[in-house]
Amino acid sequence: MTRPRFRWHIVVFLAPAVLVYSAVMIFPLFNTLRLALYTEIDQNRVFVGLQNFQTLFFDPIWSEQFWNALGNNFWFFLIHMLVQNPIGIALAALLSHPRLRFAALYRSAIFIPTILSFVIVGFAWKLILSPIWGIAPSMLDAVGLKFLFAPWLGKEEYALTTLALISVWQFVGIPMMLIYAALLTIPEEILEAGEIDGITGTSAFWKIKLPLILPSIGIISILTFVGNFNAFDLIYAAQGALAGPDFSTDILGTFMYRTFFGFQLQLGDPHMGSAIAGAMFAIILLGVCIYLFGIQTRMRRYQL
Amino acid sequence: MNKARQNPFNTAAMHGALILYTLIALFPVFVILINSFKTRRAIFREPLAFPNTDSFSLIGYETVMNQGDFFLYFQNSMIVTVASLFFILLFGAMAAYALSEYQFKGNLLMGLYLALGIMIPIRIGTVAILEMMVATGLVNTLWALILVYTAQGLPLAVFILSEFMRQVSDDLKNAGRIDGLSEYTIFFRLVLPLVRPAMATVAVFNMIPIWNDLWFPLILAPAEETKTLTLGSQVFIGQFVTDWNAVLSALSMAILPVLILYVIFSRQLIRGITSGAVK
Repeated sequence: MTRPRFRWHIVVFLAPAVLVYSAVMIFPLFNTLRLALYTEIDQNRVFVGLQNFQTLFFDPIWSEQFWNALGNNFWFFLIHMLVQNPIGIALAALLSHPRLRFAALYRSAIFIPTILSFVIVGFAWKLILSPIWGIAPSMLDAVGLKFLFAPWLGKEEYALTTLALISVWQFVGIPMMLIYAALLTIPEEILEAGEIDGITGTSAFWKIKLPLILPSIGIISILTFVGNFNAFDLIYAAQGALAGPDFSTDILGTFMYRTFFGFQLQLGDPHMGSAIAGAMFAIILLGVCIYLFGIQTRMRRYQL
Repeated sequence: MNKARQNPFNTAAMHGALILYTLIALFPVFVILINSFKTRRAIFREPLAFPNTDSFSLIGYETVMNQGDFFLYFQNSMIVTVASLFFILLFGAMAAYALSEYQFKGNLLMGLYLALGIMIPIRIGTVAILEMMVATGLVNTLWALILVYTAQGLPLAVFILSEFMRQVSDDLKNAGRIDGLSEYTIFFRLVLPLVRPAMATVAVFNMIPIWNDLWFPLILAPAEETKTLTLGSQVFIGQFVTDWNAVLSALSMAILPVLILYVIFSRQLIRGITSGAVK
């Protein structure tokens, strides 16, 4: 018996993708984690073990910035979970209603902000909320709520929440579309069976549809988590690398950018930057693991 | 369809809610676009009014045309996006075919390895990517961006395309083999045309994030000749903060290409999302 001929075509088919992916994504990822264990002394790279992480977590100057960015990032994520995803689900529930007219039109229009770049979104909202231009105050004035107006992006206590809501405005289309897709797969017979038992309207949503789309809500949550913990562009476009006012909108992405690229008088430090990237990697990995092993496997899936 | 779920009051309330949200979604875009065609005085005096003969002005667009190199930026964005999509689709489809068609040792492992990148954002490796691009002299070239976006797009592309390639009939491929076609011919001539809808979905998913990315152009290719439209408009707007006409016009010009792409591809995009390609 002869050995089967080596199938070179498999190698040829796999090679380009595996090479590019390994060289530009996987290798740099591990290299970044490795660089986090080094520091630069007199232009030489010196191995220092976990010292960078120690500086990051415990050194007063660094740790204050790090915990501030991490806390802000959690708040940013929380607003997305509490505002973006419920609105997305509600819109999807409305859109999936049978025989709703203009559904395609609404769907396409509501998705438009999602396709715009952060630069456009950041500046557009900055202009609209600007006290100089006065669109937001005069609109509030029209409904008699002018006293509510404040320069939201310029106040430390509101800026982060405002940016998170702008981001929600931009990305609500994604949960809407994914939930909409999930709702479309629910068979008509199940809903009709519910109707026979007297379950219609809103209670049909809570009792029949919602349990069936839980897996999609899980996917949306983890996508939101990963997206929020490497967010950067919106904050940078609207508030700059310093994430003002007074770092109140600083999140891990902007903190990493500042540290590793430098800003104004501070020189960039690739090793501390790598340490922050390492922390972000750990956080994202932890989130993904919680989702994969804690949530996804325990979620009840219904065979439709 | 029966009447239990139809009620005129509910229908009106549903349309009301949807119209309200549609207005919220479109309002900022609308304000930017109408004000970019107005004089400076009209922008401030009546920000919500349409431009009329009195207030119409193209001064902002003139500033943008004279000051910024928007055509170059647009061209750069176009080259980067099209080239990245080409490589994502070509390499992704080839790898997906290898994984879905052939049984070989390590098939499952290779699939898992390629799927890792779906959840882990490539930005985490930025420090080492920049170091590598500096070492290879690719920094401040469009190739740096194309390579990064290709690597970023491959995992999801392989995942989606291999799902679809499993559905291509074996009889067809075996018929090709009996006719003496090589594996490469079977892939390029028989399989690729059949998964074209899936390829379109992958392209549309990748197109918008690549076009809109700010992080990698800022770090890998900030030179004047390699600025993408997103980075270029960011820098331009930063310099002209006080010139409202110019800022509004620059924003409108940045919105327009994406909006046109969206109008062309929105059906494909929505079909892609709702067909469950990403589930």
